[in-house]
Amino acid sequence: MTIATEEYRKPALPIARFTFDRWSLAVALIAALVLVPLGIVFSSLFQADDAVWQHLADTVLLEVLRNTVWLSLGVVLGTGLIGVSLAWLVAANDFPGRKLFDWALMLPMAIPTYVTAFVAIGLLDYSGPIQSIFRAWFGGGFWFPPIRSRGGVILVFTLTLYPYVYLLARNAFLTQGRRALEAAQTLGHNRTRGFFKVALPMAKPWVAGGLALVLMETLADFGAVAIFNYDTFTTLIYKSWFGFFSLSTASQLASILVLVVLAFLVLEQSLTFRSRYTRVDRGGIQGDRVALSPVKKWLSFAYALTILSISFLIPVVQLLLWSAQAIGRDLGSRYFDFLSHSLFLGGMAALMTVACTLVLVYAERLHHSQPIRMCVRIATLGYALPGSVLAVGIFIPLAWFDNWVADYFNNTTFLQGSLMVVLVAYLIRFLAVAHQPIESAIKRMSPNLDESARSLGCSGLGLLKRVYLPIMRGGLMSGLVLVFVDVMKEMPITLMTRPFGWDTLAIRIFEMTSEGEWVRAALPAMVLVLAGLIPVYLLMRDPEKRF
Amino acid sequence: MTTIDLVRVSKAYPGSKTPAVSDISFQVKEGEVLALLGPSGSGKTTLLRLIAGLEKPDAGTLFLEEREMCRPGHFVPPENRAIGMVFQDYALFPHLTVAKNVSFGLMRLSKSAQDKKVKEILSIVELSTFRDRYPHELSGGQQQRVALARALAPDPIVVLLDEPFSNLDPDMRNQMRADVSEILQKTGRTAVLVTHDHEEAFAMADKIVLLNEGRLEQQGTPEAVYHTPVNPFVADFVGQADFISGVVEQDRIETVIGALQNNSKFPSGTEVSVMIRPDDIDLVPNPAGTATVWGRQFRGSENLYTLRLSSGEIVHSSQHSLDVYPNQVKVDIRLKLTHTVVFEKMALNRPSS
Repeated sequence: MTIATEEYRKPALPIARFTFDRWSLAVALIAALVLVPLGIVFSSLFQADDAVWQHLADTVLLEVLRNTVWLSLGVVLGTGLIGVSLAWLVAANDFPGRKLFDWALMLPMAIPTYVTAFVAIGLLDYSGPIQSIFRAWFGGGFWFPPIRSRGGVILVFTLTLYPYVYLLARNAFLTQGRRALEAAQTLGHNRTRGFFKVALPMAKPWVAGGLALVLMETLADFGAVAIFNYDTFTTLIYKSWFGFFSLSTASQLASILVLVVLAFLVLEQSLTFRSRYTRVDRGGIQGDRVALSPVKKWLSFAYALTILSISFLIPVVQLLLWSAQAIGRDLGSRYFDFLSHSLFLGGMAALMTVACTLVLVYAERLHHSQPIRMCVRIATLGYALPGSVLAVGIFIPLAWFDNWVADYFNNTTFLQGSLMVVLVAYLIRFLAVAHQPIESAIKRMSPNLDESARSLGCSGLGLLKRVYLPIMRGGLMSGLVLVFVDVMKEMPITLMTRPFGWDTLAIRIFEMTSEGEWVRAALPAMVLVLAGLIPVYLLMRDPEKRF
Repeated sequence: MTTIDLVRVSKAYPGSKTPAVSDISFQVKEGEVLALLGPSGSGKTTLLRLIAGLEKPDAGTLFLEEREMCRPGHFVPPENRAIGMVFQDYALFPHLTVAKNVSFGLMRLSKSAQDKKVKEILSIVELSTFRDRYPHELSGGQQQRVALARALAPDPIVVLLDEPFSNLDPDMRNQMRADVSEILQKTGRTAVLVTHDHEEAFAMADKIVLLNEGRLEQQGTPEAVYHTPVNPFVADFVGQADFISGVVEQDRIETVIGALQNNSKFPSGTEVSVMIRPDDIDLVPNPAGTATVWGRQFRGSENLYTLRLSSGEIVHSSQHSLDVYPNQVKVDIRLKLTHTVVFEKMALNRPSS
């Protein structure tokens, strides 16, 4: 899901009567792509594989529900506190290194959660370097909070996901205007009270939006909870499918997970429905930062540095050290296979996704009709579906179709175990990621451009090629890069639907970490972090762009 | 009692070569409405923010009800100054209802006292039925009244209004000027108003402080500023003013339109410029007249004529809305001056074509 910080004005074209043409057909097909797996997953609610289901219900289902709720609550609380406090520090106060922290605090976004997870375990586990040092210094009786615990999982998620809240809250504080704070001051409230009574309530829609993103990432995560052996719906879906070989149970679990996600989304919408405020004024609080007292100044510095260190600097340094250890042994031809698979899948998915997004935004601009708008909304909903849900929802119909075809053609299946399944799943999941930059690029174009091109006899595909593509190049490039990187980091879809032998860097990390081989997981992780820095760079260059 | 006493206040923003305001002194008495008038960039908003405590002066000091607000090592922040401010864009809190906005500064009162106060103020600004609306559900004029109500509620010693009508359309603006004047009168509140519109200043203020490029040009009643401007800038800024050349001859000034009374101190023989306002001049059509009708602007209640004098200089004359003379008609000029305003000789004003 993505959130626009500013509502774009619809181009001043009249709402046309709905006419069905090839563009609307294409949009309808793309929307159907999202609806089919959703429908499949939900239909499974009514056809239980009783034996397996009963077994799960008796043993782990309650535990999984409890795990999910605690994790969600903990991460929302943690990212909320850290994200909002850092955003306020950076946006409204002046302290040493503020300009650096301003962008550096977004860096943890470059590290996939499962990478931070295995680095944290590698560092902090009983056999890890930190506990070993403590034992060497203070003897064996030293108690250390266990990292493999609910608290540990929450900590890791909080440290990797707080930038979503930080980024949106920071933008809110920077743009909500100093007048509101000044007005509070002229009415007798000092700055601290102004923060709680004015700045924070006004930033509420943005903070809620950031928390919604955090929550969706948390619920969708597979890799990190798998490393912690902290069972949630995503790991249970995987186990039902590949452990109990019960696709229908996996599908039922998927439907529950989707219901949980939808419930949270509805909650977020209803909480912020009445409060999509308009800006009070244009001037931000830049230039009006408070110079803190020396004590507060250095406390702020220490706080920001601590968060940055444990969420980014230390993990990256550790990854580098481990990579250096492993590089001699692991950097062989297999390793280049992983890399080329990752690059190929990322590239293919990026091209497909951007092409489909282009169809969506172009059709919406051509038509301005309610049905098309609905279809586009549906098509970009896939980001709310966890990868493991999508994997199940896509595999079932394709396998069914495949078997049906195989009955006619000498039992040769051609879809199962083909790249089609993986790529379609990527497409559905990441359409929204490409949609945001491409849509804002097209909305910046004056509707008069279309009309002048048409008056010169250029329309349809010609208009797209000669006018739209050149103007939207920036937005299209962002879309390509964002999808490419997201696919490289993606784990559950790749793990569950990839053709035999198509191991990627993310799969390599999954395999190495499930054997506790942290050192050997570091090299592929380092590559993913480097790739992940690209979208963070794009964000830093233009913070309004993505969210 | 003197509510505001500004003493030789100067302020420069960092990174700017010229000071925003320099060496400004004036006083505002209790119950008085003062207008800070000037073109954009003249420093009037800076002065208002200095009074509010939203900016610190570089030099000079400021007393509110005889308490000093700023001296080295001591600065009273805005929240402790007991002022009320109406911002140009109102700065209503979008997340609070009208009633909550108004009670925002009343945190020291009990809940029931707050309710009573909100009720009272909302009835003064005639918004009682809107108490549970959110700001975005109100019209511009209503938002303006909420902003005023919010500023008035804590009983401030002075209300500061920063270009309060500039976001309203012209019809609304006149209505709101009258409404705000009435409310200020009703509540007997001292007020400082920032505006670049002399008509607004005339209509609302008891006293005007006219600023230009950070300097105080003139202060006084609206009538004094209009009729006896101290320099050509003020003369021009507070209304239509033309300047024609003349020569001082003892107690008279000889000009192309006749002899005027000299109440200046310029010695005989000095070449001077005389200010002529459109309401100082009457015209009578006369084929042998020395002036020519050069243009006419119909303004509803009056016709504003552009006249070309025999010297080539241009003056304006406001005439009854039904008196219509075509261009090129020759006219005689009758003066209705009671007081001559004379400045040092300026460059001659001539029509461009």
